[in-house]
Amino acid sequence: MAAVAEHDHDHEHHDHGPAKGILRWIVTTNHKDIGTLYLVFALAMFFVGGSMAMIIRAELFEPGMQFVEPQFFNSMTTMHALVMVFGAVMPAFVGLANWMIPMMIGAPDMALPRMNNMSFWLLVAGVLMLASTLFMEGGAPAGGWTLYPPLVLQTGAALPFAVFSVHLLGISSIMGAINIVSTIFNMRAPGMTLMKMPLFVWTWLITGFLLIAIMPVFAGGVTMLLTDKFFNTSFFDAAGGGDPVLYQHIFWFFGHPEVYVMILPTFGVASTIIPVFARKPLFGYSSMVYATASIAFLSFIVWAHHMFTVGLPIAGELYFMYSTMLIAIPTGVKVFNWTATMWKGSMTFETPMLFSIAFVVLFTMGGLTGLMMSLAPLDFQYHDTYFIVAHFHYTLVPASVFILMAAGYYWLPKWTGHMYNEKIGQLHFWLSAISVNILFFPQHFLGLAGMPRRIPDYAVQFADWNMISSIGGFIFGASQLLFLYIVIDTIRGGTGEKVTDEVWEDAAKHGLEWTLPSPVPYHTFATPPTLIPTEHI
Amino acid sequence: MATNNAYYIPHQATWPVVATVGLLTMLAGFANYLNGSPIGSTMMVIGLVIFIVMLAGWFTLQAGESESGMYSTQVGISYRMGMMWFIFSEIMFFAVFFGTLWYTRNLSVPWLGGEGTGAATKEFLWPAFEATWPTNGPGKVGGEFEAMGAWGLPFINTLLLLSSGVTLTWAHHGLLAKNRDQLIKGLIATVSLGFLFVAFQAMEYHEAYTEMGLTLGSGIYGSTFFMLTGFHGFHVCVGAIILSVVLFRTSKGHFTPENHFAFEAAAWYWHFVDVVWLGLFIFVYLM
Repeated sequence: MAAVAEHDHDHEHHDHGPAKGILRWIVTTNHKDIGTLYLVFALAMFFVGGSMAMIIRAELFEPGMQFVEPQFFNSMTTMHALVMVFGAVMPAFVGLANWMIPMMIGAPDMALPRMNNMSFWLLVAGVLMLASTLFMEGGAPAGGWTLYPPLVLQTGAALPFAVFSVHLLGISSIMGAINIVSTIFNMRAPGMTLMKMPLFVWTWLITGFLLIAIMPVFAGGVTMLLTDKFFNTSFFDAAGGGDPVLYQHIFWFFGHPEVYVMILPTFGVASTIIPVFARKPLFGYSSMVYATASIAFLSFIVWAHHMFTVGLPIAGELYFMYSTMLIAIPTGVKVFNWTATMWKGSMTFETPMLFSIAFVVLFTMGGLTGLMMSLAPLDFQYHDTYFIVAHFHYTLVPASVFILMAAGYYWLPKWTGHMYNEKIGQLHFWLSAISVNILFFPQHFLGLAGMPRRIPDYAVQFADWNMISSIGGFIFGASQLLFLYIVIDTIRGGTGEKVTDEVWEDAAKHGLEWTLPSPVPYHTFATPPTLIPTEHI
Repeated sequence: MATNNAYYIPHQATWPVVATVGLLTMLAGFANYLNGSPIGSTMMVIGLVIFIVMLAGWFTLQAGESESGMYSTQVGISYRMGMMWFIFSEIMFFAVFFGTLWYTRNLSVPWLGGEGTGAATKEFLWPAFEATWPTNGPGKVGGEFEAMGAWGLPFINTLLLLSSGVTLTWAHHGLLAKNRDQLIKGLIATVSLGFLFVAFQAMEYHEAYTEMGLTLGSGIYGSTFFMLTGFHGFHVCVGAIILSVVLFRTSKGHFTPENHFAFEAAAWYWHFVDVVWLGLFIFVYLM
């Protein structure tokens, strides 16, 4: 450490490259290094969480017990969700934010680089702690990722570890979000006014606010789980005057904005990629900003639509039903704008664009099933069935995950200076796009027919669609190995073709990052840029 | 923009990683302790020591850099923003427990008493339960207890914290007027009032446990009472420790009227803790 500190101390920072050896990655405060760490970690967790999904689909391939114990199956559904949400999707977007936001707003780095380093390592610590529960007496938490009491209080030795891992992940997210918000407010280059910022920056600004507001709420909720279990409190115990439903309110006050934490940056990347390949400015820039803000605001006042069947007062059912339906309006604005951006554009269909178009179509499907479930009377049929599983996987996999793939293909050439293999990229896209529908579409039918979620076995009439869904799942899982191959291949040289600074035709009109050399130097914008691209507005 | 032409970014430091290791060790130790493992408490102590060393080291590093004039205006703004958003996250943390108090007191306890659609539930499960506040629920969890009154120690503590806000502002005026003596006296008064508050709260807790039968296990009243006041008391301790660091730095001659982020951040935090207490005094003690 001393050597590194000395090396850095009293030197002009913008002229030298990274430190040597493994220490570079441990003590780094460089936004590109930390972005890479986040992205690599997220990709690893994507495969860890994906393996858990494969176990789930293997068990559900046929009716009857196949491979695993019911308790372990329930641990898998719980851990799959926690790993994917907190270990894969959120860190991947934080990684993109780290890499791209300073470059998009013309800043030399993040506003609080040391805290940035701590955010990443706390994430690793939190996930390690969560993963350690897999090997504990009584197994990993198995009550669902929502950790509802009283069920979750039956967890064995894992409970305090799960609670503290939520605390660590929460601190990590809050620090990351504070950093992003401060960077956007304080580090923009002269001329980069708020309404000239790329939409990815806008969506992250709003996401950052959501994170700072909700992660402490979740931390408080799980703290009460801990005290109920170990310190005799009665927060969620009716005998002492508490209420288990209170936990559900707390969880979903966190949980609903949380799902938007995963989708808003998705919107931002889609709004960045689509105009470049449609060769048109984004349609309705300011309406996109206002729609994002509206969605974020609404996310705080709709939470109990996750609890329609729990026995809410009728006034509550009605209020949460109508407020939830309102979300369709700003979301509709967004889908309309993406479509209008492509309208009469000179479109080309490189891999990032393919994933983005698939996102627009398939996310809309997930949105429409969401609208179905916002209707409280209908939700009584859908609640806790495979219909909801299909719904949120449509909004997460072919939406957030597809857009993360798109972002990878879109920015990898800029990051590495190498071009990825377009043929394999397209193969990856088509395999993913087809198999994801084989995987999740039949789950709508299963849910409507009454198959409950989070069970290792099911009635025989659900056998056919489950088998088809599992086959789709295996193809989808295997296809992602292609992505891993492409990422490694591109880092190691890709097609060997030297990419230009712009990489994509006229991309420099759309964002500052394309005015920088490819690969991007270790330090960028030591002095602020003078020309701000405004094509995206 | 002159400041932007001279971008300054703090260089690397190992303290963030040390902090992570400390936190992880402490929490893993606590989890092991809760599970009854013998290594738990040792791990907690080790983690705490690492964390304290980290705090001392990281504070020293930042203070040294600040005093040597390395931070530009822009860096100062970043730090201030970071502190403001951190306090916002703390407000949301307290909001959960205030929300819990509101929900149980105004919704779930009346429902248990038969209000709304709860009539049948009450009739069949707990016909004898009367929904009142304070309560330890239909199961009388934790046994008989007495609720904490507002006008004893809690009222004295309210006066203490409010005065500490005044002394802190007085210290700030001293700092701005380059009056070192006033600054140091104001800080000493503030820190003392803070620790006095904590001492009185300890007395209050002692009385609750030994004489009033009021414990963390006294149903929902005991749970919300100790959770809210306990987390607040913890934050008073943290605030007082931060102010002690500021006092220590002042005694070393740190801070100028133009450059005193640490003082400002500590003051914001202290006022935040103050306001939370006012909320507690009204919603936990008075109402």
